[in-house]
Amino acid sequence: MTNADFNWKVGGAQGEGIDSTGEIFALTLHRMGYYVYTYRHFMSLIKGGHTNYKVRISPVQRRHRGDGLDLLVAFDQGSIDFSLPEMSPGSAIIYDSTSFEGRIPEGRNITLIPIPLTQMARDLGMVIMKNMVAIGASAALVGLPQDAFEGYLEERFGKKGDAVVETNRKVLAAGYNYALEHTDWRKPLPGLPEASKGKKRLFMHGNDAVALGAVVAGCRVVAAYPITPATEILYSVLKLLPKYGGVVLQAEDEIAACQMAIGANYAGVRAMTSTSGPGLSLMSESLGLSGASETPLVIVDVMRAGPSTGMPTKTEQADAFHAIYSAHGEIQRIVLAPSTVEDAFYDMQRAFNLADKYQVPVIVLVDLVLGLSKQTVDLEDIDFERIAIDRGKLLTTKDEVDAVVARLGHYKRYELTEDGISARALPGLEDAVHMVLSYEHDEEGNEMEERGMRVKQTRKRFNKMRSLNMDEWALRRTGPQNPDLLLVGWGSTEGQLEEAREQLTAGGLKVAHLQVGALYPLPAAAIRKEIEAAGKVLVFENNYEGQLLELIKQKVGHYDKVQASLKFDGDPFYVSEVVAMVKEVA
Amino acid sequence: MAVNLVTEYKEHAQSSTWCPGCGDFAVVAAMQKALAALELPPHQVVAVTGIGCSGKFNYYLGANGFNSLHGRSLPVAQAIKIANRDLTVIAAGGDGDGYGIGIGHFLHAVRRNVDITYVVMDNHIYGLTTGQTSPTSKKGFVTKTTPYGAAEYPIRPLELALAGGAGFVAQGFSGDPKQLAEIMKQAVQHKGFSLINVYSPCVTFNHEETYEWWRQNLVNLDQEQGYDATDRTAAFRYVYEHNGLLRGVIFREERRDYQSELPGYAAEALVRQDLSQPVKDRAELLAAFM
Ligand SMILES: Cc1ncc(C[n+]2csc(CCOP(=O)(O)OP(=O)(O)O)c2C)c(N)n1
Ligand code: SF4
Repeated sequence: MTNADFNWKVGGAQGEGIDSTGEIFALTLHRMGYYVYTYRHFMSLIKGGHTNYKVRISPVQRRHRGDGLDLLVAFDQGSIDFSLPEMSPGSAIIYDSTSFEGRIPEGRNITLIPIPLTQMARDLGMVIMKNMVAIGASAALVGLPQDAFEGYLEERFGKKGDAVVETNRKVLAAGYNYALEHTDWRKPLPGLPEASKGKKRLFMHGNDAVALGAVVAGCRVVAAYPITPATEILYSVLKLLPKYGGVVLQAEDEIAACQMAIGANYAGVRAMTSTSGPGLSLMSESLGLSGASETPLVIVDVMRAGPSTGMPTKTEQADAFHAIYSAHGEIQRIVLAPSTVEDAFYDMQRAFNLADKYQVPVIVLVDLVLGLSKQTVDLEDIDFERIAIDRGKLLTTKDEVDAVVARLGHYKRYELTEDGISARALPGLEDAVHMVLSYEHDEEGNEMEERGMRVKQTRKRFNKMRSLNMDEWALRRTGPQNPDLLLVGWGSTEGQLEEAREQLTAGGLKVAHLQVGALYPLPAAAIRKEIEAAGKVLVFENNYEGQLLELIKQKVGHYDKVQASLKFDGDPFYVSEVVAMVKEVA
Repeated sequence: MAVNLVTEYKEHAQSSTWCPGCGDFAVVAAMQKALAALELPPHQVVAVTGIGCSGKFNYYLGANGFNSLHGRSLPVAQAIKIANRDLTVIAAGGDGDGYGIGIGHFLHAVRRNVDITYVVMDNHIYGLTTGQTSPTSKKGFVTKTTPYGAAEYPIRPLELALAGGAGFVAQGFSGDPKQLAEIMKQAVQHKGFSLINVYSPCVTFNHEETYEWWRQNLVNLDQEQGYDATDRTAAFRYVYEHNGLLRGVIFREERRDYQSELPGYAAEALVRQDLSQPVKDRAELLAAFM
């Protein structure tokens, strides 16, 4: 249960190596066999400004950063002030007594542990190693053996020579011993089941999963323009794609990036672009092009807090309307919303398959927390056996073209078919020379404005989605049937909602939880069934408008019992907030 | 062979909606001739356009065509070439399309150097939208949106391309389709990005820069003794001194194209890659995330 977890955090000024310190701690514990979940608080600047890195350490898998904080390493008073609200009773703060005198308000049950982190690092090596002193001290107080970080030191510094490894080892040991000698505060990490010890698992965030999922799904061209918090997708895909001859291209802007993804898809190569809200704005016209020309397109939008430039490093779930409605005129599209790292992985193959099958744009909405929070994922949950590439009606050989020609007399790119989907021929095939276009067109791809054909082509573009049923797979549900209360969420809120459900259930409430994995088309029939069977329904979202709730009103229906519980300050929900919001109404 | 191929292109072409006398007819005809001379059949060619009268280039060329949005021919064209290196890819459009709304893509396409040919039908006016000023309109040019004469100085595409490092820069004239076809042949053969700016008169909305006017004012580089198209600085100077009023191949240089610079980029067209390989490489792929 929650209180068995251990929450650790390091905070300081941006540019002090806070991120790498957090990652060393997280990765090491991950490799020991713990499930870790990390959360980065950072700002859109390079130096100065507060930043922190939180690591939740648990013997079981966790999907969010956790409410409390057991041990904080603070390199400045600002870090203490920032994290005080999170500090659990009986927790401790290690602070760098070389540079300041740590203060906490009267009456808080928190132990202050002054350690001259900077001084010790300076004496033994270099000032930047103060992070290693802090890691050593943390390790001692949570009951880790002194050599716990040995493997990491070798891996990280081995290339720089034995001397560097040795210095780091010394610095870490100094922090370890100093802490043991100077404070009685101890809080051991939760115990590890024997089977978990040293177990090989993955340490990745949603952006990694997007990249991996894309490559495994056959994506070979990624064109994008750097933007927080989506750039990590480029980094990950760069690690994976060259091996398969694929191309990662930094375009001149998001317009070009998206047009490139369309161009490559037209030529028959699975291609995508990754971006955040501001980039998706620039891609509106391309959504229209993909829709009108019936060219597959996959866009990943890692949502940050808007509007406009907004808060680039803060999370939000406010691009649902944007993804569903942007572009002029009427087009069809698909909008997916993974909740977990695993979802992100599988949703990429789903996105590419759907884009190919329905020849529409598919937008995958990942919120910042999911995109950037590295966490432990079980190897078996990233199951490549579940990957099945389905290119839909794609003519790739002369024989396939010949069959069409035998049937129709000649190849028609926009043939009016029963299911509304017309076969795409790869450019380059004999007897399939054709036009693909943004103008309204007839079956052959001639630009035209004849009323009858216009109506037919519009109907065709919309009808082709009729066979798409989201109800079957786009919901994940836990808890009893006919609950008094149904918690509904989408995106990264799943972890908090699930833990809240457990707490509320333990408190005697009959609560169920429904996580929605697709926003367009909305799995409306399945959602309606759930709403109708529930007493009260709360929709949790990180936005102001209650976008999912509005979609539910539109596609499922108006119900007085359905309300929104919203948080839009850039910070993910805490479980305690979810519980408090529930108690307000239940 | 070549003659038959021209016929083949014509058979695939849609019927034209251009004004009789429009310069763009000659551009399409020259391209059909050039591609036929290079023995490239229509199915191996993709022409990508944006929006404008000249954006109809691919409808009338008779190869595969992708008609994107206003200003967006180049990103699509580059990606097609990256996806399938065996295709011959031509981007085409107007001066508004390429040097107005699409100027960003133009400069980046120049420096990216993907192996495509870009044909701009430069008529110094917006044709399709019936006669507004264009980025290449000369200063003082009177149009529907500049009744007192254009206040801005024109874009200088040739100098931009030269400064951007383009490996092939040429200019043609619709009034000399033979020379134009020859330039196109060379441009298509050039490995890397090639620009052909074509003075292609709009007979309907530009009554100043007519065929006659161009004929009298353009200097034909084929007839310039001693012009050295391999000297970038000299080319720049020549273009500048002639105020861009040249036709012929202005500059050429062998450079490694974008795809040659990519580590791991496959010799076989990406579109023919075996997509199931990563599933077999599971252990190796996952090792990156441990
Ligand atoms: C985003 C957008 N803005 C404006 C237009 C309207 N528009 C279509 S073509 C064009 C300019 C055409 O001029 P040019 O590119 O020089 O080509 P020409 O017609 O002269 O061949 C404009 C402004 C459009 N289609 N899309
Ligand atoms: S308006 Fe001008 S550019 Fe357009 S077709 Fe007519 S002559 Fe050609």
